[in-house]
Amino acid sequence: MSTRSDTALWLVQRASAAVLALCVAVHLVTVVYAVRGGLTAAEILGRTRGSAGWLAFYSVFVIACAVHAPIGLRPVLTEWLGWRGRSREAFVLAFGVLLAALGMRAVLAVFR
Amino acid sequence: MTTLRVSVWRGGAQGRLQRYEVPRHPSQTVLDVVTHIQRRIDPTLAYRYACRVGMCGSCAMTVNGVPRWTCRTHVDKVAAGDELELRPLRNLPVVRDLVADMREFFDKWHRAKGEFAGARSKSDDFARVAPDSPERRAADAGIECIGCGVCYAACDVVSWNGDYLGPAALNRAWTLISDVRDVATVDRLRAVAGDAGCHACHTHTSCTERCPKHISPTAGIAGLKRAVAKVALAGKL
Repeated sequence: MSTRSDTALWLVQRASAAVLALCVAVHLVTVVYAVRGGLTAAEILGRTRGSAGWLAFYSVFVIACAVHAPIGLRPVLTEWLGWRGRSREAFVLAFGVLLAALGMRAVLAVFR
Repeated sequence: MTTLRVSVWRGGAQGRLQRYEVPRHPSQTVLDVVTHIQRRIDPTLAYRYACRVGMCGSCAMTVNGVPRWTCRTHVDKVAAGDELELRPLRNLPVVRDLVADMREFFDKWHRAKGEFAGARSKSDDFARVAPDSPERRAADAGIECIGCGVCYAACDVVSWNGDYLGPAALNRAWTLISDVRDVATVDRLRAVAGDAGCHACHTHTSCTERCPKHISPTAGIAGLKRAVAKVALAGKL
């Protein structure tokens, strides 16, 4: 990777961290508020099913995770395992795609 | 008078700790201890020093597990009881005994474009930089580095990622970027950006904790990240 792409990834990770900070805060407040009257699947689904707002919110959350985590994994792989080069980039890309797929599957499951 | 029990690294990368007994004195420095061993007990001991007053940055070693300048480190402050363990600086190849090979350390200053690049010639007037201007203060914050390598030895990122330029080289780059007379800012930012440069720093602040000159390379590296971001967003990186 070049200096320019390293820097771009760093900026994207900073930006996704800012999005995540907001998403985590909204998510936690929602959780604390929603379980006041007890926690049931029916209640959760009642809130999320057919709600375009929650679909959009959790889609943004998932995408921010799927962008943020793989970028952070790159130095971890290098520093702990000495893993560099194209195979590392392919691995973190696959990891990001996996996070996005699993996350969006969950988001769609409570929307439909 | 009590006796210090000193374990000293002998050999190169492969070696062992050798024990010596050194008389303890008031206000004795760790460098005094090493000098005593070499002059009175074992003249084959290799170590490096020059000024003995905290200016030259030659005498840094690992003292009881911590990188320190030995000429201004008092035994009383760092000895564990009467025990002292001395090893060469971490993260650098060992030449012999307590002497670390500093080549890679200084090569990285060069790689970080640590040389001043001015636009004036000797026929121009002096540059006038107000002492209390923010740029001058930013340069002042890092200018007193003596190149001892303590921060480099203290840095875990250096130990994990051998390409990482390290705190001293990045502090030097930040000092030059803060120097209003310097004209190589963008080139230097290109040199220090990326996974081998400022973006590799995890902000553990070990460098800042250990710097004997109380410089904060961590703050300089954060400054570099901001400066690189600005240039990158302007499409000039």
